[in-house]
Formats: sequence, structure tokens, C-alpha cells
Amino acid sequence: MTATAPGADEVRKRAFAFPRRHFLSVTDLDPVQVGELLDLAEGFVALNRQTTKKADLLKGRTLINLFFEASTRTQSSFELAGKRLGADVINMSPRASSIAKGETLVDTAVTLNAMQPDILVIRHGSSGAASLLAQKVSCSVINAGDGQHEHPSQALLDALSMRRAFGRLGGLTVAICGDVLHSRVARSNVALLTMLGAHVRVVGPPTLMPPDIARWGVEVHHHLKTGIAGADVVMMLRLQLERMQGALVPSMREYFRLWGLDREKLARAAGGVRVMHPGPMNRGVEIDSDVADDPQVSLIQDQVEMGVAMRMAILAAMAARLDNRGPL
Amino acid sequence: MTAQPMAFVGARLVDPESGYDGPGSLLISNGRIAEFTRGDEQGGLSDDIRQIRCEGALLCPGLVDLRVKTGEPGAEPKETLKSAARAAAAGGVTSIVVQPDTDPVIDDPAVVDFILRRARDIELVHVYPAGAATKGLEGEAMAELGLMREAGCVYVTNADRPVSDSRVMRRVLSYAQGLGILVAHRPADPWLTQCAGATESEFSGRLGLASAPVAAETIMLERDLALVELTGARFLVDQISAAAPLESLARAKARGLPILATASINHLSFNELDIGDYRTFCKLNPPLRGEDDRLALIEALARGLVDIVVSAHAPAQPEEKRLPFDEAAPGAIGLETLLPALLTLHHESRVPLGRLIHAVTMAPAQAIGLAAGRLTPGAPADLVLCDIEAPRLIDAAALISKSKNSPFDGRRLQGAVLMTLVDGRIVHEARP
Repeated sequence: MTATAPGADEVRKRAFAFPRRHFLSVTDLDPVQVGELLDLAEGFVALNRQTTKKADLLKGRTLINLFFEASTRTQSSFELAGKRLGADVINMSPRASSIAKGETLVDTAVTLNAMQPDILVIRHGSSGAASLLAQKVSCSVINAGDGQHEHPSQALLDALSMRRAFGRLGGLTVAICGDVLHSRVARSNVALLTMLGAHVRVVGPPTLMPPDIARWGVEVHHHLKTGIAGADVVMMLRLQLERMQGALVPSMREYFRLWGLDREKLARAAGGVRVMHPGPMNRGVEIDSDVADDPQVSLIQDQVEMGVAMRMAILAAMAARLDNRGPL
Repeated sequence: MTAQPMAFVGARLVDPESGYDGPGSLLISNGRIAEFTRGDEQGGLSDDIRQIRCEGALLCPGLVDLRVKTGEPGAEPKETLKSAARAAAAGGVTSIVVQPDTDPVIDDPAVVDFILRRARDIELVHVYPAGAATKGLEGEAMAELGLMREAGCVYVTNADRPVSDSRVMRRVLSYAQGLGILVAHRPADPWLTQCAGATESEFSGRLGLASAPVAAETIMLERDLALVELTGARFLVDQISAAAPLESLARAKARGLPILATASINHLSFNELDIGDYRTFCKLNPPLRGEDDRLALIEALARGLVDIVVSAHAPAQPEEKRLPFDEAAPGAIGLETLLPALLTLHHESRVPLGRLIHAVTMAPAQAIGLAAGRLTPGAPADLVLCDIEAPRLIDAAALISKSKNSPFDGRRLQGAVLMTLVDGRIVHEARP
């Protein structure tokens, strides 16, 4: 599956124009478009492993990272992706800006928009925040996580990691385990993986499951052991520790005992099972270090690497769309 | 100020008291209804009577809206009593009951007096205050229910802040029962509804919205009904919104408890899917429910289980609404769209016209002891003349309310107010 060291020209040949002005949800794409975007990302994986990682697909473009929530992986990978593609990138974080002075989300975005950026990457703690901004600004908006709604670039990078590990996505059994209720990663992954023909299970206590989740086209399991039985991929979700206070789960040790992933429970999954986690991990809460750090099993470091390549592909596709529009 | 006598001839009269729905004419003088004549014939009218040819337009009592929020005192940029009264007049609403969650809270006879004086100066529609059931709406100490009633409060309520302490609620009901005061309460379990702006469902789960199950309403309603049974207080269920609590209501009514229930026009007109792509104008309290719940509510209105329809007018400024859904203020304006939205329900053949009119005139008037809400000679000449067929595309920006947060924006409704009269005075007249 891995392309052999193509340069930036090789990537350019695969250029795929994003079908929409904004990227807010995985449902903005159809399965064919997802395939093309993943192919494009493969090219960037190869490019990123070279000494010279630069391509000038975003030359002259400005990218603003507007992150209202703390983020290590997503923000740095969008920043790196933008820089490797030749864009000017700035990072805005709430504490350093006038948001701390009471400026509203929309006002902040409209102000930044007046500086003529081409792409605004936003993360916000409220569901629908990216969609709200997309209605108010003229640049392209990429949703880097909105509340408990979606995190589409994460689902794409997860799909890329899985496709590289298994050579396919259709027919894989993927168990998404843990706090599905509060997880935008789970929502985007369920939507994308079911769209691509994978069998998706969600596993966790009922208090951490969204209402009527059975109608999302997934199998619902409340026991980890049965939930991951025969699974090709076990995707663990981060348990936010503040959930203990809300009477959602009783304690960390009970959670780990019943829903934490360790070697023994993992033995029930299919042979060649791969373990994923969107990070940051709570070792000893949802995942045992022994499993997380085993390179034979864990795709967690691959996910981080794929994160940069996938975001380069998304940005390149966005830029291709902007270029096709021609001079206004 | 008393206007010359007027005669409305050739109208379609709908009188919720007698149940009459047919052609007729109405004579008003000295601010009151003087004569009600059925049929097409009209006697000779003396020259000093102004004659208004209705040409079959609907003439019915002016609407009585039991749940209106304004921003006065405390948040005047949202809505003043005057702007609300103008909006009401334009919407055919001739009496409004303002909610106590102002700043300061209406929990004191002096604030009641302030509202009544302001309303008197405005001289448009009747404005009645609802008093707070507990001091500062805090749900802890009982407010001065008796003094507020003497000052002019028509009922007491804790507005959007349900009383979670059952002991306090019991005492409010018990005390009010002794004085014959009507108590309204929003059935919502405050723990289950914490931060929720949507109904718990597959839809809100996919959108990732903070949500509360319908059970939050059922639980609180069942508690309230049990306390009503215990105390015998007259009770008004403030905005029932779903099928399950309607069953609780039906059982309690069958037991003969002294209860009435309201539904908001929003919950009769919209369902949760109208939230669509995080439309904050559809963020309401109680939240919009599923379509099954909406249909159950319409059916309950048609058979009289739901007694009263309210606008639940709740103005909000753009800066409160132009936010991510979970952070946006709940509520929608509704005074000007209440009647056309009701008529649209009628045109969709859901509810007979007489039943709808009853739910916004006589039923609310009786609940709070007003003589209005009927076309009986001697009753106040609070009237609305309305073309029930006229199509209307709602443009929120063109509404009179100072706030424009109407979920009906862009909707096509049927029905237009031609003229509104309060005590025989024309307070609104549509330009021809």
C-alpha cells in the first residue's frame, strides 16, 4: 500500500479538490472522495519521511489555527501540515487573545476573517461552533473538533492508519470502546467507518452511551470482553476524569477493571488485532501501558504520524478547491 | 377617551362562551359589547354609530396570553412593556400576563405596582403581572403571595426556575390554596435538565447537544400533581410539551384535580428537527420535542386536555442567540405570530377553529378571573378582526418586538390581523 518515496511532484499529480468550501463533518464526503483523500494522504506520508518535507501547494496561503480548547496533537499537526505545504500559519489561543476580554466567538472569527486568511481551523468546546463560524466568515473553515459533535480529520487519520495496517476498511470489525457519549472522535468514526463498510461496535457502560445509539447503525455492547471478541481493531477512547463526579462511573479502578484494555481482555479479539487511541491516554484507566506501548499491537504512534499526512491532504485538497475557483 | 359606538357587520363571529360560530354583527359602546346579533340581518343603525363592514372576516375576542416575558424592568434593550404591548396589539393579543423573572424580580407588591402603572401609561393592551412564587425565584422562601395578589397579580409562578424543594412547593401550594391564588409551575426536574437545550434523542445525540429526557418533565409533573392532590390548590401546568406527561395530566384530570395546562405555540408548531444545523432560534425551554410528541400535543389541545395556548414570548438579543447552541439563550418571541400560527394549525385541519379560539381567549381569561375572552353583551370590547385566509410570509426583521428571535422567520403562515380593539379603542389597524 505504501508508495515508494514519491516527491512533491508525485503528490501534485494526485491533487484532489475538496468537494465543499468547508470541512465540518465526515458526512461532507462520499466514500469515493474519502478514498481519494486517503490516497492523497499516502503521498504525504512518503513525503514526510524524506529529509526535505516541503511542498508548495499552499504557497501564499494563510492558515489560522483558532483553538479554544487545549490541544497538542491536532493543533501541532495542522500547524506542521500548513508549514510543510508552504502556508503562513498562525496559532490563536484564547488566553492570549481578546476572547479573554469577553469578545464572542463570532466576533473573533469575523475579526480574523478580515485579515484575509484562506483557511480557518477551529476547535471549540461547543457542538456546532464550526458550523456557526462557517455561516459568518468568507474563508474556508475546517472543524478540528466541536464539542461533542465531530472531529472529522481525526476519523480520516484513523481510517488512514487502519487502511495501511489492513490494506482495506470494508469488512473490518472495529470496536470503539469507552466514553462514546462525550466523544466527538467516536461520532466521526462511527459515521465514517459505517459509510466505508466496516462493522462498528460501540462498547461501554450505558451511562457513557448516547441515547438511541443502536439506531446509528452500530452494535452496542456493555461488556468489553464480548464487545471486542473477534474485533480487528480496538479503538479506546479517553475517559475524562471529571466524569467521576457526575455519577457516570463510580471509580477509576472499577472502570479499568470492567472497561480498561489489558493484554488478557485483548486476547479475545481477532488474531492480528490492532489497538488505537486518539490521545491523550490515561494509562491505567482506559488502557494498560503494556498494550499501548507494544509496537506489534499498537497503532497509536502511527495515528500521530498519519495525523500530519492526513491534514496535509485535507489542506492540499482545500487549496486545490480554492485554486479552481479562480480569481474572484 | 371612550370612542364612538361601533358596529361590526357581516362578520364571522366566533364566541367561545356560547360556542356560536357563524355570521353575525356586533355592536360595541362605552368600551363594552352592547349587542350580539346572529345571522346576516342587520337592523337600521343610527348615524352616530361607526359601521365597519367585515365581509366575512373573523371577529372574536382578543387573545389572552398567559406567558409573556419582557425585559422591563432590568433588560429593556430586549423588550419593554411598551414594545411588547405594541407587538401584542399587532398580533391581536389584548391581554398579556408578564412573567416575574425580571430584574428586580416581581416578588414584591411595589414591583407589581410599577408594572401596572407603566402599563396604564402605555394605554395599549391590558398588562397583568404574574408574581414570583418564591423570593427572588430562589425556590427557598415564599414570596408575599397575598400582598402581591392585592396589588394586582393574577397568578404566581417561579417562571423558568422550577422549585426543586418539594417542601417549599407544598407550602406555596397550600398557602395559595387558602387565599384562592392560582399557582403555575414549569414541570422540569432541575437536575435532569441541567444545561440541557435539547430533548434527549437520537437526533440530539448525533449533534452532540446537551440534552434532557422527556422524563424530566414527567417526574416533576407527577410530583406537582401529587402535591396538588395533597393541598387542593388551583394549579396551572406551565407548558406541557410531550406525550408522556400528557398521560399524567389526563389521569390527574380524570381524578378531578383543579388543574389547567398550557402548551406553547412553538411546541405545537415545531419539532426537534427544526433545530437542524444548530439553529439557536429553535432553542427553547422546554426544548422542542419529537414529532410524535408534537402530534400528541395537538391532539390533546383538540380534545381539551390542554386547556390554554400561550405564546411563551421570550425576547433575546442577537448576542445571546448568535452563539454555539449550548451557549445560546433559550426562548422565542411569539406575540405577533401566535394567532397566524394557530390559524395555520386550523388550516392543516388539526383542530376546529372554535376550540383554538377558546384556548387563547375564554380559557385563559377564566383561569385568571377576567371578564374578557367572550362576545357576551357587557363583556369588555377586547376584540380582534382577522382575515383567516390571508397568506403571510413571516419576516422576523419586520416584527415589532425589539428582539427578532422568531423561529417562524421565513415560514409561511395563514391569517392576518386586520384590527385589534381594547376596551372599544382601536389599538392596531392593518394598513389596507
